[in-house]
Amino acid sequence: MATAVKTPPSLRPQTHQPAEHADRAAFPPGHEPRFHYLIEDSKDDHHNYGKPKSFGRHVWEWMTSVDHKRIGIMYLVAISTFFALGGILALLVRTELAMLGDTIMDADTYNRVFTMHGVVMVFLFIVPSIPASLGNIIMPIQLGAKDVAFPKLNLASFYLYVAGAFLAILSLRTGGVDTGWTFYTPYSAETGTAVIAMGMGVFVAGFASILTGINFIVTIHKMRAPGLTWNRMPLFCWGLYATSIVQVLATPVIGITMLLLVLERTLSIGIFDPALGGDPVLFQHFFWFYSHPAVYIMILPAFGVISELVTTFSRQKVYGYTAIALSSVAIALLGFLVWGHHMFTSGQSIVSSIVFSMITFLIGIPSGIKIFNWIATMYRGSVWLVTPMLYAISFLFLFTIGGLTGIMVGALAVDIHLHDTYFVVAHFHYVMMGGTVIAMLGGLFYWWPKFTGKLYHEGMGVASAVLVFIGFNMTFFIQFVMGSQGMPRRYADYPDLPWLEPLHQFSTIGSYVLGLGLLLVLFNGIWSLFKGKPAPGNPWGGASLEWTHTTSPPDPHNFSRTPLVTHGPYDYYTVFNGAGDGAMGDGMGDGANRPAPVPVITEGAPQEFDKQIDLGTKQA
Amino acid sequence: MSQIYEAIRSFWLPEQASTTAHVIDAPFMFILIASTIMLIGVTFYLFYLPWKYRRRSSADVPYPVKENHLLEMSWIVIPTILVFIVFFWGFKAHVDTVVAPADAYEVNVQGKKWLWQFNYNEGITTTNELVVPANRPVKLIMNSVDVLHSFYVPEFRIKHDVLPNRYSTVWFEAVRADTFQILCTEYCGTGHSVMGAKVIALGAQEWNEWVASGGGKGIQPGDSPVELGEALYTKNVCNTCHSIDGSAKVGPSFLGYWGETRNFVDGGSAVMDEDYTRESILYPAAHIVEGYQPVMPSYQGQLSDGEVYALIQYIKSINGADVPATFAEGGFGGDGDAGGADAADDAAADAPAAE
Amino acid sequence: MASSTATVAAPAHDAHGHDDHHGHDHPPHLKHYFVTSEQQFEAAKLGMWLFLVTEILLFGGMFVAYGIFRAWYPELFAEASTQLDTVMGATNTLVLLLSSFTVAYAIRGAQTDNQKVLFWNLVATVVLAGVFMVIKYFEYTHKFDLGIFPGAAFNPTSDVVNPTEGIFAHPRAGVFFSIYYVMTGIHGFHVLIGMVAISILAWKARQGKYTSAWYTPVENVGLYWHVVDIIWIFLFPLMYLI
Ligand code: HEA
Ligand code: HEA
Ligand code: HEC
Ligand code: CUA
Ligand SMILES: [Cu+2]
Repeated sequence: MATAVKTPPSLRPQTHQPAEHADRAAFPPGHEPRFHYLIEDSKDDHHNYGKPKSFGRHVWEWMTSVDHKRIGIMYLVAISTFFALGGILALLVRTELAMLGDTIMDADTYNRVFTMHGVVMVFLFIVPSIPASLGNIIMPIQLGAKDVAFPKLNLASFYLYVAGAFLAILSLRTGGVDTGWTFYTPYSAETGTAVIAMGMGVFVAGFASILTGINFIVTIHKMRAPGLTWNRMPLFCWGLYATSIVQVLATPVIGITMLLLVLERTLSIGIFDPALGGDPVLFQHFFWFYSHPAVYIMILPAFGVISELVTTFSRQKVYGYTAIALSSVAIALLGFLVWGHHMFTSGQSIVSSIVFSMITFLIGIPSGIKIFNWIATMYRGSVWLVTPMLYAISFLFLFTIGGLTGIMVGALAVDIHLHDTYFVVAHFHYVMMGGTVIAMLGGLFYWWPKFTGKLYHEGMGVASAVLVFIGFNMTFFIQFVMGSQGMPRRYADYPDLPWLEPLHQFSTIGSYVLGLGLLLVLFNGIWSLFKGKPAPGNPWGGASLEWTHTTSPPDPHNFSRTPLVTHGPYDYYTVFNGAGDGAMGDGMGDGANRPAPVPVITEGAPQEFDKQIDLGTKQA
Repeated sequence: MSQIYEAIRSFWLPEQASTTAHVIDAPFMFILIASTIMLIGVTFYLFYLPWKYRRRSSADVPYPVKENHLLEMSWIVIPTILVFIVFFWGFKAHVDTVVAPADAYEVNVQGKKWLWQFNYNEGITTTNELVVPANRPVKLIMNSVDVLHSFYVPEFRIKHDVLPNRYSTVWFEAVRADTFQILCTEYCGTGHSVMGAKVIALGAQEWNEWVASGGGKGIQPGDSPVELGEALYTKNVCNTCHSIDGSAKVGPSFLGYWGETRNFVDGGSAVMDEDYTRESILYPAAHIVEGYQPVMPSYQGQLSDGEVYALIQYIKSINGADVPATFAEGGFGGDGDAGGADAADDAAADAPAAE
Repeated sequence: MASSTATVAAPAHDAHGHDDHHGHDHPPHLKHYFVTSEQQFEAAKLGMWLFLVTEILLFGGMFVAYGIFRAWYPELFAEASTQLDTVMGATNTLVLLLSSFTVAYAIRGAQTDNQKVLFWNLVATVVLAGVFMVIKYFEYTHKFDLGIFPGAAFNPTSDVVNPTEGIFAHPRAGVFFSIYYVMTGIHGFHVLIGMVAISILAWKARQGKYTSAWYTPVENVGLYWHVVDIIWIFLFPLMYLI
């Protein structure tokens, strides 16, 4: 065949200068024509580029686009919507608990509200959150690929997700679901609420998650640019890689669990319902076999984001790259063996409890390695405290609290007291909200200029980081105290513990502050789209491909030429001191890739930098 | 030093009211203190490093740092040692506290939506009040008649799920005579948050008296049935399902239907009078009022005749009907069979009409 | 902005999608975001393998449930399995095994550019799968006639099965049959999907879409079909024999 290329792709020389740059030079600086993915679809015939399109045409192109960046943005919009919905439900929960008695709703409504909050946040928001939005947008660019391995599958998975979400929301029409996000049998088998619609929703959304996972694994294995070896892969991609493994291995089990639950309700097959000979504890095993690994689906991408933020804003090579990359994989695998720590009081045998507790602790060690490595990365760096870095530092603080309290509830005897109290509620909000969500916000601020082409407002950004940090700690730290003092979770009211009222009130006020901070984030984003300055190609001085080899926003095909990678993703010294590739001793340098000068954003002509990056990385 | 420790402990944890509570608190406190120290260390560096190495010029590109293997080993080895300590402590504390002593006093516990019933060997049954001797181990043998529940007493540091298809056990020994809070910690539906109950630990003498009196159910002819009924209304958790202000909860309100015709799901009907009400309390499944689920538990064997009588008078009083001021006045001579619930069983069938 | 660029658009982006090796006329199946055919083929195959892993885990969950219930009610399961028709089950096993061979030959046909072998083996696979489903249909309807339904509808009340003695008197007898229906039902659903997929392949093979240069879909559907077969190989002894 004509295409049977003999030279391995990694060694093919890059010689020619694409014609487009020559053409661009004909325009006054700052007015070069831009072909970026927000306007042009990757499916477009190349000869159509630049032709005006109607609004309807744009919308249609977006909805049917197989461009990973567009799909990522569609995911981002959907996910943010569900985060807002889940957050508003959370505020209802907090408002109800602010005072003893029925404050704004009765117990049945409360049960539906907190269930919906949990389900929306877990299945519709946090599981897809970072991978499907930021991962989709950024990962192929970091790999130097033009797209993910299966772009159509990517779009299909988005619509599956939408369908799943639709089913879950449909359950509201028939009265909502009141089982808690854990759907424990036999309650879920007999309650009068819309468990079937919800179960199918989770099933379908799970399918979307599996497809994303498969797509990402294959992309990472097969689509890396020439020279981008495994140990030159950015840590964000490593995080997504570990996540995808968990998605592929764990999600089918929640699929079958939901299917069996639906069959239990429709046909009464008697696998989980004790009245028919089934066992409710079996359901718990099935559920947690997915849902514990799922918590690592939630946090591993966040680890990836934090790795990127900490190094870029310290302009220092990540400390212990290999340790961070491999600890993600270790956490992913160990995560499959600890599900029983959610069931210490359920009546499982003591021996299994002991084993589960043991393995639970082992996960603390690779997690600690990560935390310490990130901190060490700042050592002798050049730390730039802008919004994304503030979020990263918040993350390090909050996740440490969340993780250490995870150790607390992992200790067998201690968990007997703490299980199903607000201590656990606080633990998982510290890791999910304080961990994943904070990391996602940091990542959003970080990559926002890249994928929107606009700079956000720094002052507002800092203010939001501060408000979110304060509001979050007010809301949830006090819940540790309430929990260890004995406040059970999923309580619509607390008539037996009236003296907790002021603590609940404090928490409620905190949640309003938190909501304000998040509104500011939203406002900042919208503001920047209309009023933000155009972003240069590399506003932060990052050294991975999305910063050094493409514009903001990127071209529909990401790069005008496939990049040739000659050094690691965090070799700032190499990239910005022009020290040449040989300096880091990686042996791949041919001098052709001598980088641009430090492209840090300053006031004034960002377009200049843009051009420098574009040309700088491609000059012969 | 120990005062500071005590202060921290009481900030985080409730009072230690069982003999095993301190065994569980010890690892809690260890993890808490170790974590706090670790967190302070992390926080220190989170402030110090960004300040010390803050960016001074946008052109700063620091030289890469060499990795330090000693440092890396230390942050692997130290946490490993710590987690092993925590693991062994947590697991040992559990094993030490989970097995009940052989001579424990046993009580059967039934969880149901949304109340707790306690059945004692002496034939006594109580609802939402677990009466036990203090300073003596008590073992609870628990099961559920419907969905999962979980039996939790924070002051005792005990918790265990209550399942419909098998028995589970917990045990405790209250260190003093007092009242402690029981909470349900497995989500079980509408009434999950009001499925609270009390442990009433009695001193040796009171305990013996309580057992001898068959659960302390003596009624004097001079007592007021309405007052007793009102107390029973909350004590036997009628209030979780029945309001007294006319609003429907899980069951119909006690206000507004007295003397009215009640329609049943099976098509029958009856006027709400004394007989019907007694039947509703003792045999709730016999007639299910239209629009409601058959979820009301039977109080047969739990309420003595006098108590049922008192509840009926209380319901009447809410509806403004004439009620006697004392049991004697109502023609009810007091609780003939104060012997308790066991005896009341048969008596209930042909109880005095009390009119 | 867009309109101002119209004039330069066409030449400027000629390089897109062709990348370093533009000038080669690359085959129609090669997607622009892949560099080589090998890369594309390997990607598709890895993706398929991962998908099959999730399939196996899906059934794995059900096998675990089966194992647990078997451990709880061993005598029930041993005896209830005698109610299943071993002859039909065994026939179906053979049918599926045979279809695995035909699909393998179809792939062979594609590799050797033998369009006839490719097409007719695909057709044979669909037919065999159809036979499997027909036999399954008879098995199911026979049970329904006896009142052996899944779940709450379980009501064995014909002259042939006596609900008061033997296995049907067991209070949990319904559970075995529920598990049987769920597992074979989901497996049957997979067979149906396979039939649709293989029919599409056959239709496209007819048009000569697959050659030794590119037959990825045949290879991948073939892999899928083997997994469906293997799952049945586990189901058959567990359900019918032991
Ligand atoms: C993002 C999600 C996420 C993450 C990352 C984690 C991380 C961990 N979780 Fe958490 N967890 C949840 C989400 C998450 N959890 C949720 C949602 C629930 C409740 C579900 C429900 O019931 O609704 C839950 C519940 C839960 C329980 C059950 C509690 C109960 O119901 O009684 C347990 C028990 O073991 C536990 C343990 C842990 C542990 C040990 C970790 C570890 O991975 C943490 C590791 C991190 C560190 C330890 C910190 C950093 C390390 C150092 C600074 C080094 C020094 C450390 C040591 C010396 C140990 N979690
Ligand atoms: C990702 C997971 C996630 C997140 C982020 C949150 C966020 C929050 N949660 Fe949630 N929570 C869960 C997952 C999560 N929760 C789960 C799984 C449960 C268990 C459910 C169960 O028991 O079944 C639970 C339960 C739970 C409870 C216990 C209920 C009970 O047991 O009775 C409480 C009570 O305080 C609570 C509060 C909050 C609050 C105040 C927030 C706040 O952080 C929310 C803040 C967000 C907002 C206020 C929205 C504002 C946003 C906008 C206005 C738009 C901005 C948009 C963009 C930035 C794009 N949650
Ligand atoms: C778990 C909930 C629950 C509890 C606890 C409960 N009930 Fe009921 N009760 C119901 C329901 C539901 C009905 C209506 C259906 C029926 O007739 O059984 C009902 C019906 C009744 C009726 C008939 C009312 C009418 O309007 O026709 C009476 C009388 C009654 N209950 C008394 C009591 C008393 C007295 C107690 C406490 C000692 C009590 N109930 C505790 C749920 C409860
Ligand atoms: Cu009973 Cu919660
Ligand atoms: Cu877990």
